[in-house]
Amino acid sequence: MRRTARTAVKTLVFIAAFTPVALLVARGLSLVPGGLGADPVRTVTDSTGITALRLLLITLCITPLRHLTHSAEWLRYRRPLGLFAFFYATLHVLMYMLIDRRLDMRILWEDMVKRPWITLGMGAFLLLVPLAMTSTRWAMARLKSRWQILHRCIYLITLLVCWHFYWQVKRDVREPLAYAAVFLMLMVLRLWRSYTRRATVRYPP
Amino acid sequence: MKFNRSTRLLASEITPESVFMERRAVLAALGLAGGAVLMPAHASTPSGAPLKATPNPSYTLPEQATRWEDATSYNNFYEFGTDKSDPAAHSAQLRTTPWSVSVTGEAERLGVMTLEDVLKPHALEERTYRLRCVEAWSMVIPWVGFPLKDLVARFKPTSKAKYVSFTTLNDSKQMPGQRDRVLSWPYSEALTMAEATHPLTLMAVGLYGRVLPNQNGAPLRLVVPWKYGFKSIKSIVGIHFTERMPHTTWNDANPSEYGFYANVNPSVDHPRWSQKTERRIGGGLFAPRVPTLPFNGYAGEVANLYSGLDLRRYY
Repeated sequence: MRRTARTAVKTLVFIAAFTPVALLVARGLSLVPGGLGADPVRTVTDSTGITALRLLLITLCITPLRHLTHSAEWLRYRRPLGLFAFFYATLHVLMYMLIDRRLDMRILWEDMVKRPWITLGMGAFLLLVPLAMTSTRWAMARLKSRWQILHRCIYLITLLVCWHFYWQVKRDVREPLAYAAVFLMLMVLRLWRSYTRRATVRYPP
Repeated sequence: MKFNRSTRLLASEITPESVFMERRAVLAALGLAGGAVLMPAHASTPSGAPLKATPNPSYTLPEQATRWEDATSYNNFYEFGTDKSDPAAHSAQLRTTPWSVSVTGEAERLGVMTLEDVLKPHALEERTYRLRCVEAWSMVIPWVGFPLKDLVARFKPTSKAKYVSFTTLNDSKQMPGQRDRVLSWPYSEALTMAEATHPLTLMAVGLYGRVLPNQNGAPLRLVVPWKYGFKSIKSIVGIHFTERMPHTTWNDANPSEYGFYANVNPSVDHPRWSQKTERRIGGGLFAPRVPTLPFNGYAGEVANLYSGLDLRRYY
């Protein structure tokens, strides 16, 4: 791909990834009719959480896309997408800790200990932090093979996030199940590839 | 635990609506209301047919009423979909005229009544109640209705009647959310006779002086202010008197999370979230949660109904 085309695509990816938060700000300032709705805390918390999960899943699409299209071009977008997922996850956690729970440590601790879905969500976020920290080329070079092992945590993180979503829904679990299905599909693609590749190695044509 | 928190307020302490609106107009003019994040900016304009109702001075609240548009756009009414915005968006197909209510079970006067016959003998009054959802958010709503006990008395329940159960309309053509079996339809709820004949229990036909919008349970709904919102069943078509504790929808769906009594109780958490505090709708992004009160602040009136009942076990 040409340099200019690459820049254009990257710009589009950035614009798309910033759109959900820009929309929330616009709604918060009442630039959109209805603003943030009747329960703004819930609106912002849900919206940032869902966006984080979507971005995690999109990030997980990169490798299968690369294999399907036989193009390494996709890899350019993996790091920014992963970092955007981290950005939205951070907003989501800050909303919960600062705005909703007002940094009341007693309540936060009780939530963490007594409410498994919050334990899962927090666990996923804490696992995501080192991944974001080691996303630089420098860290990649320093960690060498350990980098890949560390970054495989993304599978566990996404699983935890799907579970966190599923567990907090009151009754209608269709939406969290849809996300879990996408995650499952992406994992099956990976397993299938590693299985078939191993098979070809064992039985060369 | 303090049970005697007064819920009453002198009429003179209530901000008249005109003054309240003026304040908003002044603030808006000064440009202070610009950040909707800090203060909900647009004024509520109730719509729908007005109802003649006498305000009942015994049931007013110091809290500001929830904005009309919040109360009519943020609803749990799974018959129209599970999202809070679904009821307002998908309830236009509900036909509330003609409407009839069937009365069955352990009572002397049984049969099918038209809505007009149900309402005819009752004078409508306005009462402002807190509404506490089991999801830990709350509203303050001026309802228009009449005491359920007056309606129940007309049916002359027999001595066998220990409970009264209610059912919602079951028609997926009018209620598109019923195509999905997220709950077992028809929705049903029930009260003990003591609860049903308690003076606080209201049969509502309107809110904010207007006829109930479809998404709020038109044309006839229950309001039981000391219980979680799901007990206040909407769009009622059936009333049944019975000797045994009836099945109720949310209790059937998940008995460990939703009890038959479902009294608002900050000291019994939902298995997945705390019930100690609630988010008052309309406070904006930075408003703190408010503490949840035992029996939603109506302990003085209703706690005696449950003397001797272990509220931890019978949540």
